[in-house]
Amino acid sequence: MATLFRVEILTSEKRVRTTEVVSLTAPGSEGMLGVLAHHAPLITALVPGPLILTQDDGRREVYAISGGFLEVGGNRAVVLADALERPQEIDLPRARAAEERARRRLQSREPGIDVRRAEAALRRALSRQQISARWADRRETDFEAEAECPT
Amino acid sequence: MATLKQIRRRIRTVRSTRHITKAMEMVAAAKLRRAQAAAAGARPYADAMQGVLQRLAGASRTLSHPLFELRAVRRLAVVAVAADKGLCGGFNTSVLRRAQACIGEAPDGAAEIVPVGRRMWRAFRAGEREGALGLELLGDLADWDAARDLAQRLTERFLEGRVDRVDVVYTHFETVARREVVKEALIPVEPRRGEGVPGDYIFEPDAAQVLAQLLPRYIATRLFAIFAESVASEHAARMQAMGNATRNADEMIESLTLTGNKLRQAAITRELTELVGGAEALI
Repeated sequence: MATLFRVEILTSEKRVRTTEVVSLTAPGSEGMLGVLAHHAPLITALVPGPLILTQDDGRREVYAISGGFLEVGGNRAVVLADALERPQEIDLPRARAAEERARRRLQSREPGIDVRRAEAALRRALSRQQISARWADRRETDFEAEAECPT
Repeated sequence: MATLKQIRRRIRTVRSTRHITKAMEMVAAAKLRRAQAAAAGARPYADAMQGVLQRLAGASRTLSHPLFELRAVRRLAVVAVAADKGLCGGFNTSVLRRAQACIGEAPDGAAEIVPVGRRMWRAFRAGEREGALGLELLGDLADWDAARDLAQRLTERFLEGRVDRVDVVYTHFETVARREVVKEALIPVEPRRGEGVPGDYIFEPDAAQVLAQLLPRYIATRLFAIFAESVASEHAARMQAMGNATRNADEMIESLTLTGNKLRQAAITRELTELVGGAEALI
């Protein structure tokens, strides 16, 4: 049996999930990073991408995160998410529309366009679509109702 | 002296007012519960954010960022947070008065007011000023996007040098019965350095870059927490004000009923006396 550690997923509005996992994979600003129990203390910024929790029995729980921060320390990981959703919850038409909008803004080359914001929006939209395509129909992302955090 | 008919009519009016105040009290109580739950839900994130900032500040004493910069205050921005609606006792007026006092203290009156909530928005005539910052509608629950947008615009103003400090005046929520109007500094951010900061953290990409990403988010989180507290205070204040109004109505109904009863009694006695007098005359 692998060593477990505690993971908390928080958003600005509520505690989304608290659980014990074997590993956590997060989209760090320097690339995907994996965290196992007793990881060295770490603070990193997160970029849009998949956040994957692996449970003791090998089941995986996937979230699409749109950015935030990860703090690891004292055998505990805290994910501070800007926004977070399950792959099944992703609104694909909306993500496609957001991609379209961001691309148009980037191409228009008009002054007064916040290029960084448009790029960030584009990255979020692409990440949502990828995660939806890869995970939305997979059974392994399912969890028993009781495992869901009370809200 | 009012007639019996007039008194009965007044009792009816007071009673219907009491219905309204009682209903408003109960609605405010329900909204208060929701606002408190929302504020409690937002706390873990805010605390974790605060922790990350502390560890960042503790990691390096030389770590600097424009948003930490304490400047001589030539232009001050005061964010005044109150309610969209009235009927909540002195809730709006106390924030208004405190905000006005803060503006008065600013050097040469070089202060910009940033009203949040329709009452503040109107009081400071924000609708009539071109490009006024603020938030007209706060709503029944604090809204994260609204807080983030306003925080972003305030941060921009600070970084552009258009304001040198941003203070927030709002009603701090202690308990349902205890609320207090307070002033807090929002920008520049004051990191609490060296408070028992444990361990050597690895920062990715590095501390300065994490800090640059964290600070705007941190300011938004603070402002959101302030909105959430103000909203909870507002509902608590309204609940209390309406509770008082309901009790006043009860007292009024009681005293009116008493007066009414006396009048009715007097009328009956008078009729009786007349009857007896009439009968005596016949004998």
